[in-house]
Amino acid sequence: MEHIGILEGREKQVFEKKGGIETSDIACETSSLSGSVSQRACVFCGSRVVLYPVADAIHIVHGPIGCAAYTWDIRGAVSSGPELHRLSFSTDLQEMDVIYGGEKKLYLSLIELIEQYKPKAAFIYSTCIVGLIGDDIDAVCKKVAAETGIPVLPVHSEGFKGTKKDGYKAACFALMKLIGTGSTEGISKQSINILGEFNLAGEAWIIRKYYERMGIEVVSTLTGDGRIDAVKRAHGASLNVVQCSGSMTSLAKDMEEKYGIPYIRVSYFGIEDMSKSLYDVALHFPEHPEIMEAAKQVVSEEVKKLYPELQKFKKALTGKKAAIYVGGAFKTFSLIKALRSIGMSVVLAGSQTGNKDDYRRLKEMCDEGTVIVDDSNPVELSKFILEKEADLLIGGVKERPIAFKLGIGFCDHNHERKIPLAGFVGMYNFALEVYQSVMSPVWQFAPRKGGNR
Amino acid sequence: MLLRHTTKEVKEREGLTINPAKTCQPIGAMYAALGVHGCLPHSHGSQGCCSYHRSTLTRHYKEPVMAATSSFTEGASVFGGQANLLAAIETIFSVYDPDIIAVHSTCLSETIGDDLQQITRKARDDGKIPEGKHVIFASTPSFIGSHVTGYANMVTGIAEQFAVSTGSKKNQINIIAGWMEPSDMREIKRLSKELGVNIVLFPDTSDVLDAPQTGTHVFYPKGGTTIAELQSTGDSLSSLALGSISAEPAAIALEKKCKVPFETLDMPIGLRATDRFIMALSKAGNVTVPDEITADRGRLVDVIADMEQYLYGKRVALFGDPDQIIPLTEFLLDLNMKPVQIVSGTPGQRFEKQMRQILDERSPETKFKNGIGADMFLLHQWMKNEPVDLLIGNTYGKYMARDEDVPFIRFGFPILDRIGHSYFPSVGYSGGLRLVEKILTAILDRQDRDALEEKFELVM
Repeated sequence: MEHIGILEGREKQVFEKKGGIETSDIACETSSLSGSVSQRACVFCGSRVVLYPVADAIHIVHGPIGCAAYTWDIRGAVSSGPELHRLSFSTDLQEMDVIYGGEKKLYLSLIELIEQYKPKAAFIYSTCIVGLIGDDIDAVCKKVAAETGIPVLPVHSEGFKGTKKDGYKAACFALMKLIGTGSTEGISKQSINILGEFNLAGEAWIIRKYYERMGIEVVSTLTGDGRIDAVKRAHGASLNVVQCSGSMTSLAKDMEEKYGIPYIRVSYFGIEDMSKSLYDVALHFPEHPEIMEAAKQVVSEEVKKLYPELQKFKKALTGKKAAIYVGGAFKTFSLIKALRSIGMSVVLAGSQTGNKDDYRRLKEMCDEGTVIVDDSNPVELSKFILEKEADLLIGGVKERPIAFKLGIGFCDHNHERKIPLAGFVGMYNFALEVYQSVMSPVWQFAPRKGGNR
Repeated sequence: MLLRHTTKEVKEREGLTINPAKTCQPIGAMYAALGVHGCLPHSHGSQGCCSYHRSTLTRHYKEPVMAATSSFTEGASVFGGQANLLAAIETIFSVYDPDIIAVHSTCLSETIGDDLQQITRKARDDGKIPEGKHVIFASTPSFIGSHVTGYANMVTGIAEQFAVSTGSKKNQINIIAGWMEPSDMREIKRLSKELGVNIVLFPDTSDVLDAPQTGTHVFYPKGGTTIAELQSTGDSLSSLALGSISAEPAAIALEKKCKVPFETLDMPIGLRATDRFIMALSKAGNVTVPDEITADRGRLVDVIADMEQYLYGKRVALFGDPDQIIPLTEFLLDLNMKPVQIVSGTPGQRFEKQMRQILDERSPETKFKNGIGADMFLLHQWMKNEPVDLLIGNTYGKYMARDEDVPFIRFGFPILDRIGHSYFPSVGYSGGLRLVEKILTAILDRQDRDALEEKFELVM
């Protein structure tokens, strides 16, 4: 790939699928090169996005104001009840706190907050600086928990202590402390927990309904529209169904070890994967064939509604090319299938946090000539998009204006999506969004793809 | 959404900030650096900081925002970030090829004691900075000040590290832009041109963060103050600093280094502040004010006179950054409105002093607060106790406006849910006209909405 300038030291994180040549594994799960314009975030970011949707807890960010300000209500994780999670609480550490320590400030803040809001629990996120100055947040949490009688959970999410994935782990560790502390009385044998579904634009509600139509009880959703009491009794479920594998697999594994609850990986994006998810869950309850029957019923009803709707999009989009650059690699598998179902091919597939298995599978799935990247940057992305003549970029907030400057369509498949993209209805929304952006009349007036109209 | 959670009773809080009306220094430094041509901002800290700042600026401007990061890990945090920054400088020049790298620190690198001046000197000594290229820096710890402080620190760094005094004066005036939008910077340049004064405006984010659609993604858009212009600021006749908090520190630095005298003005928001700016610039440049500018002013006064009946006595709550809030408060009083509750998260005594000057005589009962504890939760509590007719502030204000059912105007940083701020100016007489239009539209829309059937009128 001499024709594409790639950051020195990143060659192993980029791969182009070419016939017959067996190349070594893509390099991944490494930290970004110092000096790169990375699209990645930090440990704190990982913890914050996982725990954020727990709506009846207070979330207090222990650190200087920025960490709290930047994560204030940016993720549209909606709640059907309390909305404590949407407020931004911070200890707003000042220079003197950095010198003398911020434990007292944290303690007072917690006492004030708990007294005022009577939350079901409190999560305390430690940021970079707290890790450095060595505040003993565990001790503060313990003390406050004893005084107030609610769980007060430290989340060790110092930004520099790894990648976003380590933040997911810290969040799961905090959740694990809650799980097992509630009563499991009355929970059905045919029950599951939904893991790694954050209720962006109400997606958890859609998914939950499918399962309920199959006669399955959903004990807890981690963490979309989350409630502390539900988390506490999550160990009463018979199966953990993990969607966002990057964020929640460690929790599923811990629950398997501690409570013997098996888990499966699923995806709710696209007709194929959505249907398979429901069947896979049904397969887990073989002694209840009516569940599989109901699953088939759900799929057939939904697909019958959806299929004709998709055809008009497919007609317009057939032959168009897409570039994908998202957070987790698992999502790209579904996106490739979903795009194929509306006639589009994928020319670039990348993620911020994929692992070796993910990339191996991506290589198998992708068409010839597809570029696969780990931890990419804007230079690479725009070069690949131009070279591969993509018509659409699927990404997050920082990728959106890049796509538009290049004159191609865009679909947000990260936390800024405004409409649900999960489930069968989500597939319709996805197709509509892609269609609307790729076929927009604005491109008639704009130079496209490097200036060629 | 906040409604259920905001209590009416205002209680002294000991340590807690709820719904901050500020953010941290580095994002201000990043924004200021983008106003220098060919500059890549560099965040010396964890990846998250850089990512959050880029995301927030991207959401506000809807433009690609480029910046690199030192990608701190645990090792760097223990052994210091020098190796990371040296490696970063090499990587950046070889791959992204900027003219300038503008490094800012974070709470992390500050606390471990990284000395940016020493590290950048070492980079130069080690030959890591190619000929004709520059590395500038600003110290921007997140636990001091706010995003506005970070902006001021980077602008000061730009002035200090580029300005050269050659001994021969140039017929030009420096205008140091406080934290304002690309549209405002464009308007400052337009007004100066109309006045006929040669200026060097810095920083200047116009044509950087409001770039046209071209079919390509460029790392360094055509805008931004150039190195040559920045170097020449040391030979300018004088400087005008627009904003005592965000711009004055750079003017002081220029005076110290190159003996360029300066005057600090409010950001030219509203009638009087624009008057002061036009007069100061015409005096500094020794030119008379052209009729066209006088006519612009006359149009603004005319509109205010036409609509004064709708403005009189309207109670306003506002929040935002000090250099914008101060002249805006003055303008609201000139519109015969009543700014009654004002919050600015940025700490510093200058704000209080200037607000007292404006308010003591004309509206002594106005509540205002800045710094610690001056957050939006407090403002919301004030609004609950003493209702207002209008709220002005950044996007986060929409929650309070909805909860209290108050008309709302977006103004300040960040604005994440509307456009306009980066395209239409708020400064100058035309900016004043735009503000009046927005205020009137908000108030009159509300009046129409609430009017009884028999009082619903065609002509207003």
